This record gives sequence, C-alpha cells and structure tokens, in this order.
Amino acid sequence: MSEIQTNDGGGKKKKGGSKQKKISVFVDFTPMVDMNMLLITFFMLCTSLSKPQTMEINMPSNDKKITDQDRDAVKASEAITLVLGGGDSIFYYEGQPDYKNFNSLKLSSYKADGIRAFLLKRNTEAVNKINVLKEKKLQQKISQAQFTKEVTDIKGGKGTPVVIIKAADKATYKNLIDALDEMQICNIGKYVIDKMSPAEMFLMRNYRQRGQLSQSNAK
Amino acid sequence: MSKVKVARKSTRIDMTAMSDVTVLLLTFFMLTSTFVKKEPVQVTTPASVSEIKIPETNILSILIDPKGKVFMSMDKQGDMMNTLDSVGNHYGVTFTEQEKSKFKLASTFGIPIKSMKAYLALKADEQDKVLANYGIPTDSTNNEFKVWVQKARKINPELRIAIKADQSTPYKVIKDVMSSLQDLRENRYNLITALKNETAK
Repeated sequence: MSEIQTNDGGGKKKKGGSKQKKISVFVDFTPMVDMNMLLITFFMLCTSLSKPQTMEINMPSNDKKITDQDRDAVKASEAITLVLGGGDSIFYYEGQPDYKNFNSLKLSSYKADGIRAFLLKRNTEAVNKINVLKEKKLQQKISQAQFTKEVTDIKGGKGTPVVIIKAADKATYKNLIDALDEMQICNIGKYVIDKMSPAEMFLMRNYRQRGQLSQSNAK
Repeated sequence: MSKVKVARKSTRIDMTAMSDVTVLLLTFFMLTSTFVKKEPVQVTTPASVSEIKIPETNILSILIDPKGKVFMSMDKQGDMMNTLDSVGNHYGVTFTEQEKSKFKLASTFGIPIKSMKAYLALKADEQDKVLANYGIPTDSTNNEFKVWVQKARKINPELRIAIKADQSTPYKVIKDVMSSLQDLRENRYNLITALKNETAK
C-alpha cells in the first residue's frame, strides 16, 4: 500500500531495448504509528469522556415573606418533614409534631425499606400513575414530550404529599443528596429544603433522650 | 548437486492500515474530549439517580472540599478577567493587565481578595501548591463568595451555577453557600453528582 511502483514504458516487452529501472518508493509508517499511539494514550488519560450528572433544585427565596403562619399552613395539610441528623440518621414526622410525645418523631433509615418505603406508601397513587405512563412510553404509545408533561402534572397534582427537608449542621452533603434522591425515586414533586428550627432540634434531642426533655419541661 | 534456493521473504509489515486506524482514533479523541480541569482539592461527589447532564458552556462551578473551603471556576476566560476586575473594584484593589492575564489562565480560583496580588505574583507551579490552603471566605461578616457570584452574574447573565461538593462535607458549609446564593436570589442551581443505578420497585 505504501509502495509506489513506477513501471515506465513496459520494460518487459522490449528485451533488446534500454532497460528502465523499476523505482519502488516504500514509505515506512512504523514511526508514524508510534507517534499516533502516543498521542492517543495522552488524550485518553487527560480527558473526561463522561459528563457528570447533575441535579436541579429550586430553592425558595430568602425573602421574609414566607411567615411562620405559611409554614404552619403547610404543616397542617399533612406535610412530611424529614429531619436529617448527624451520623447518617434520618427522622420524619407528619403534619404538626407533638412536642410532648417523643414518639411523634420517627427514626428511619436511608435504606430502601426505610424512608423510601414510607414515602412510596404515602405517594402510592402518583407512583402507580407514573408507572403506567412509563409502560406506555416503553411501548411507544406516547412521545417523550407528552410523557414529561403528564409526569409533571401528576407530581403537582392534588393529594400528593409535600415534603420539607431539614438538615442539621452535622448532617453531611451526601445525606442531603440522598434525601433529594428519594424525592426523585418516589416521584414527589413538591419538596423544599428549609432551615432547621430550634423546634426540630428539640424534637431530635428529645427523641434521643426518650422523652426526658419534654417531661422535665412539663414539670 | 543443485543448490536449493531458499526464497527470501521480506519481514516488512505494511503499517499503512495501522496508521489509518490510529489517526482515526486520534481524531475521535480529539473531537470528543473535554480536558479534565485541574482542581486544587480532590472531591468525591455523592451518587444520585438523576440523569440530567450538565450543560457545557456558561458554567460557574463552585467546588466545596470536605473541610468547607470554597473554590470557584468559570469556563470563559474573558468572564474571569472581568469578574476579577469588578470584584477588585468592589474591594478597592486594582489589578494590572499582567496580573489579570495571569488570573484568567488559572483553572480554579479561591483566594481571599487581600492575598490575591501576592498570589498572582507567584509562579504557576507554586500557585498550585498554595491554592489548596486558601478558599473564598463565606462567613457572614466577610462574605467574599457572595460578591464573586454577584459580579460574575452581572458580567454573564446566562451563567448557570453548579455546586460540586464532597460527600462528607458537613451540611453547615453547604447551608452557608446555599443561603448566600439565596440572598442573591439565585434560586436555581445544579448539584453535581455521580451516577447511581437504582429505581423504585
């Protein structure tokens, strides 16, 4: 392939005539291959092929317009509050917590049978609907655009739970991502990351001390 | 006796085809690659099921290391230069053209504005060594981080904010960064995560 033969005048036919030289130009490509391989190795080592995944979140603005009354209104409508504590612990309570009863705060875990099972149970209706939609999409009955539209409709629909995520200072970033992840897995459309209030701190301490704090408060 | 002539075979292998293949591969890698950015601190991002890919341009990435040091990087060098200029103006520090052009070459920055001049005077390899010891202050009394984001946003309104934090970072640090962003009314941002395969059953 890399050989160029010049066979001028057809030297074989004329035996008696002047012999013309067969010039063969052979280009050796081995060093070229060496160099290319080197460059390929360089590019393979220095590049990141896969782009990192991201999670999009919308935070509420820091405006003081959201008053405690609004918070209570959400709580009264049976919102679920997740409290992320230190040491990979996660607690939750529904609606308004009962500050006198330490058992109103429930301990859960980041495992599949922990908080996920609970949230899935609370969100059964939406999860079922979305599963049906996914099935339809797999069979290509609906388009991607229609799928995403209907999913957002279901997620924002009435009756789906509202989740408030509150993380303690000791909680790690991984805990927060895990909690946000559960929102996605459980198809919860309405969730918010809020600041930890002293009330939640009290609840958590009260839980750890098995209600001793609320008892001493009562006295 | 007749001599048996052994045919001399050439051991030369034609490398042309091989070279073709390597050039093809090389072209592929050159076109698809994005270079790994040099980061002052090693960060392991937590995994999530989210499958949204990060956009390639107009990214303001915020890097948070486990100890809570905050670094920033932008993908456009022009923006970086202008941001440095306006942040400098805000704090009353003026930078020379030379310093600015040195700054724009850095992949990641995270130096308190007071030490910036001294830092930019260092050589590139020395800069890398010291950078990990610094970090942009995020405390409420001296929130330089907020100023950086604010100025960067003013210069490039299409900027998207991406937070890349180590999985063992305490939430307190994240909270500080997030509430700084909230104060600036930056309520939409991306959290960079690794891929995890898990679905609800």
